[in-house]
Amino acid sequence: MPLASFILRRLLQLIPTLIFILIVVFVLVRLLPGDPTSAILGDRALDADVERINRQLGLDRSLVVQFGVFVQSVFTGDLGRSISLKVPVTELIAQRLPITMLLTGMAALIALVLAVPLAFWAALYRGRAADTAIRGAFQVGLSMPVFYIGLILLTVFGAKLGWFPVGGYGDGFIDHLHHLFLPALTLALSLSAIIMRNLRSAIIGVVDAEYVQFARAKGISARLILLRHVLRNALISTVALFGLSIGTLLGGAVITETVFAVPGAGRLMVDSIYGRDYPVVQGLTIALAVLVSVTFLLTDLFQAWLDPRVAR
Amino acid sequence: MSVAVSRRAAIPRPLIFGGVILAASLILAIFPALFAPYDPNAFDYAALLQAPSGTHLMGTDNFGRDVLSRVIHAYTIDMQIAIFATVFPFLIGTVIGALVGYIGGFAETLFGRVVDAVITFPFLVLVIAIVSILGPGLMNMYIAVGVVGWVFYARIIAAEVKVQKRLDYADAGRAMGYTHLRIIFRHLLPNAITPAVVYWMTDMALAILLGSSLGYLGLGAQPPAAEWGVQIADGKNFMATAWWISVFPGLAIVLTGLGFSLTGDGLAEVLRTKK
Repeated sequence: MPLASFILRRLLQLIPTLIFILIVVFVLVRLLPGDPTSAILGDRALDADVERINRQLGLDRSLVVQFGVFVQSVFTGDLGRSISLKVPVTELIAQRLPITMLLTGMAALIALVLAVPLAFWAALYRGRAADTAIRGAFQVGLSMPVFYIGLILLTVFGAKLGWFPVGGYGDGFIDHLHHLFLPALTLALSLSAIIMRNLRSAIIGVVDAEYVQFARAKGISARLILLRHVLRNALISTVALFGLSIGTLLGGAVITETVFAVPGAGRLMVDSIYGRDYPVVQGLTIALAVLVSVTFLLTDLFQAWLDPRVAR
Repeated sequence: MSVAVSRRAAIPRPLIFGGVILAASLILAIFPALFAPYDPNAFDYAALLQAPSGTHLMGTDNFGRDVLSRVIHAYTIDMQIAIFATVFPFLIGTVIGALVGYIGGFAETLFGRVVDAVITFPFLVLVIAIVSILGPGLMNMYIAVGVVGWVFYARIIAAEVKVQKRLDYADAGRAMGYTHLRIIFRHLLPNAITPAVVYWMTDMALAILLGSSLGYLGLGAQPPAAEWGVQIADGKNFMATAWWISVFPGLAIVLTGLGFSLTGDGLAEVLRTKK
């Protein structure tokens, strides 16, 4: 079974990536200005207190030992406690990350809904006015910063028209969706531009392929050809692109959550950086990186399912 | 599109549009004072929050500063961001990518792991984290972007060099007894560098987006500097009443970004037809 061995191989590849993530986070956090001990005790601490806290946190031991302890606690699900909010970091992540995931999920969905029909339209009327207009509009969308799009949508559809709330997260699932729609649309616009561009050229490549011409010669209806042969094959590279975009999407979520005051993981990240809440920065960075790795894995598997050649 | 019959292919239209935008942007960036009607930082309490008019084409902000003059002066900082945030990753990535592609084997495997790890971190999150360690400001932003950005160039160059080193002329160089470094940098690299140059154009557009995003978050250029992201942040609380403070700097970002991506697309087209 080539697919089974592909899955296994892909799962094994996660291990060095995860180790690397942990090393980078470990080093980054130790480079942060000020050390955790003075963050806890303040600047005018007594030497004896500093020593005691250092011992408590394990900071008096060698870096290698510290790293070992760090890895061990990460794998047992212990990411420390937030300095400012006084709760376990895992609890904070469990509260905030789902919001960001819902936001990026919605954004991905909106991006697909926007990009797929327009990509088909542009590809099938290649070189005509519709194609030029669609590509021009998306080119402009690609050059717009996320916070700018957000600010404009917020002003027009939130403040002026009052169709959507101007920020926050609301109560209850439907209310969440209502609150997250504008931020998700903001994120979706630039993603859909990337997907549209890629899908359009993929469709153009597939439409001219011999097997599509063959299907046409057999007299299969145009719609069936588009759905079964063109879309499926054009989607393969789009799925890969989707996986690669998840990092950009999460980065964009940091900004959108700031613009729309959404209490997600991105907002928490910015707040923790300003507040020097290292355990939270550390835990969130790990959580986000793991989220991205898992997304890569899933898109790879989905791609292999769409196109068995990917699994080799 | 008609097939070009003449031997000299016409310059692609995206390249012309993009080139004109970039040339204009560069001129504004170098000589802002020649074009700006007012001092970008001069307060005018007699003209607060004025709508666009004949005297202030883009209106004034909440300190009475002329928005047009600030948008023009911001070209200096934002074009500088586009160049400095990308030129070091481009140079470092090119050298490392060329070496990795030429050596192959272990170096390539190791590099592959680094690439995997770097793309696992959301780019913006990593840059924000690094900037927060080093402190806000442009210089630290360049460092943060450089730490991560070289990887993308290295990946492109490595793939190209790997193809080039198998070609006859590389063998010929080795037969002539040239050193490896001479073969890599004098012979392989000039043939491998074009995709990286095209990517560089896109990257400069991305750098402006990133620089203005950090400016907006308060981690990039520091107020009262005239920088588009900072200006948009300045105006965000006035969006409903004085939209012009934020909207015009945003349009400048879009226009400049378009200039870079059109140039990139046009260059790619020229290089494709050349092959």
